[in-house]
Amino acid sequence: MSVWVDKFDVFAGGFWLTLQICVLAAIGALVLGAVVAVLRISPVPPLRALGTAYVTIFRNMPLTVVMFFSAFALPALGSNADFLRIPGLELVFTRLGTDLPYFRFALIALTLYTAAFVCEALRAGINAVSPGQAEAARSLGLTFTQNLRYVVLPQSWKASIVPLGSVIIAMIKNSALIGFFGVVGDLSQSADQLTSAEGYAFIPVAIGISIGYLIMTVPLGALLDRIERRQAVAAR
Amino acid sequence: MSSVLYDVPGPRQRRLTLIISLLATVLVAVGAYYLIYLPLDEKGQFSMDLWGPLIDPSNENFTLVWERIWVGIENTLIAAALAIVASLIIGTLLAVLRLQLKSLAGRRYAGLSAPVAYLLRGLGSGLAVLTRVCVEVFRGLPVVITIFFVARGLPEFGVTLETLWYLVIGLTVYNGVVIAEILRSGMEGLPFGQREAAVAIGLSPFQTTTLILLPQSFRIMLPALISQLVVVLKDTSLGFIISYEETLNIGKQIIGVLSNPIQVYFVIAVLFILVNYSLSKLAQYVQKRLARGRKTANLPAASEVAAPIDAGAAV
Repeated sequence: MSVWVDKFDVFAGGFWLTLQICVLAAIGALVLGAVVAVLRISPVPPLRALGTAYVTIFRNMPLTVVMFFSAFALPALGSNADFLRIPGLELVFTRLGTDLPYFRFALIALTLYTAAFVCEALRAGINAVSPGQAEAARSLGLTFTQNLRYVVLPQSWKASIVPLGSVIIAMIKNSALIGFFGVVGDLSQSADQLTSAEGYAFIPVAIGISIGYLIMTVPLGALLDRIERRQAVAAR
Repeated sequence: MSSVLYDVPGPRQRRLTLIISLLATVLVAVGAYYLIYLPLDEKGQFSMDLWGPLIDPSNENFTLVWERIWVGIENTLIAAALAIVASLIIGTLLAVLRLQLKSLAGRRYAGLSAPVAYLLRGLGSGLAVLTRVCVEVFRGLPVVITIFFVARGLPEFGVTLETLWYLVIGLTVYNGVVIAEILRSGMEGLPFGQREAAVAIGLSPFQTTTLILLPQSFRIMLPALISQLVVVLKDTSLGFIISYEETLNIGKQIIGVLSNPIQVYFVIAVLFILVNYSLSKLAQYVQKRLARGRKTANLPAASEVAAPIDAGAAV
C-alpha cells in the first residue's frame, strides 16, 4: 500500500496527462465531428460522400490501427505534427511542445477516431428533431444554412447531448491506449511502469490506476443518466 | 431524413449544386494529390518492393505473408467468438440476477423468523449493491486496462494461462457488463403489462424474467447486441499489448521483416473495415426488420385496448 504515498506524484501526473489528452482530443473531435456531420447532411453529393466515407472508415477500424497509422504514416508524409505546437496552448499542455512527437500523434489518432462517433451522435440528434420543424422552416423560405442555424441545430443539441456524452466517455477510456504507443507518463503507462519496471505490488497499483479512470468516467456517466432521465420525464 | 432540410432543387439550384460538386471534387482530389500522394510517392511508398509481398502473387513472400495474416485473422476470430459467447452468457446471467435482486428488495419474508428474515434481506440488498458496483467499475474502466490487469494480475495469484485466455477474460469482463446493461434496459423498457400478465397467470418472478422478459429484451436489443459484436471484434486488436498473435500483432511481425508499415496497416485496416462494415449493415437490416414487424404486430392491439399506463414506458 506504500506505493500510494511513495508514488502519489506518478498517479497524479498520469491522471493529469490523461486528462490533458482527453480535453484536447474532445475539443478536436467535437469540432471535426461537427464539420463531418455538416458534410454528411449537406446538399452537395461529393461532400456527402466524403463525410460518409470518413465515418465508415473510422468507425469500423480499431483505434489501434488508427494509432499505428498516425505513428507511421504521418512521418512518411513528412510531418512531425508540429502544427500542433500552438504557442499559447503549449504553456498549459506542455506535452504538445516536446520534441518526441508521440503525444501529438496519439492526439491526432484519438481525435480522428472520435470525430466519426461525434458525427454520428450529432446526426442522431438532427434526426430526432421532428421533420415538421425543418419543413416549416423551408416553407418560410429559409435556406439550408439558415434552416440548420436557426431551427434544426438549436433543437438537435438537446437530443445529441446524451449520445455525445457517451462518446466522450468512450474516448476517455480509449485514451488508455496511448500509454502503449510511446506516450510516457499517462495513467496506463504508469501502471505498466510501476508494476513491471519498479516492481511494486500489483494490486495497490491496479486499484490506484482504476480510481484514476473511474474518477473521470463514473461521475460523467451518472450525470448523463440524470440528464437522460430528466429528458425522458420531460418528453412524457 | 436529411433531405427534409432542403427543398427539391430547381434548375438554378441544380446548376449551382453541380458547379459546387465539381469544384468540391476537384478540390478534394487536388488536396489528396498534393498532401498525400506526392509526399508518399517521394518517399517511395508506392514502390512494388513495399507493396509486392501483399498484392503481387508472383512475389516470393506473397504466400508466406498471407499465410501469416490468415493465422492472425483466425486468431482474431477465435478470440472474438469466444469473447462474445462468454460475454453473452455472463451478460444474460448478470442481467437476470440484477433484476431478481431488484424484485427481492421490497420483500419482507413474512413467514420466517425475524433473524432469518433480516439475514435474507441483508443478503439481498448486499448482493444488489455488489453487482451494481461491479457493473459501474467494469463499465468505467478502459478495456485495455482490464486486459492488462487480467494479464498481469492473474499470474500474481498463480493462475497462468495462454495469452488467448487473458484476452478473452479481459474482453468478457467488460463486454459482459455492457451486454448485461443492454439487456436490463431492454427488460425495464418493456410495457409493465407484460410482467403483470405473467404474475397473473401464476409465474414465479424467475419464470417471469426468463420466459417473458428476457426473450423480448433480446429481440428488441438485437441491433445493439450486434453493434456490440463490432466493438468486440475491434477490441480484439488490443491483444497486441499482451502479445497475443492476432491480426495486428502478425502485421507487426511482418513489418519487422519487410519494413513496410504503411502498406501492411493499410491492408489490415481494409480487412477490419470490410468485416465490421458488413456487421453494422447487418445490424441496420435487423433493426429495420424489427421495426417493420413491431409496427404491424402493434396495429390491432393499439386500436383494441387503450393503454393508459404504459404510454410513456414503452420504448
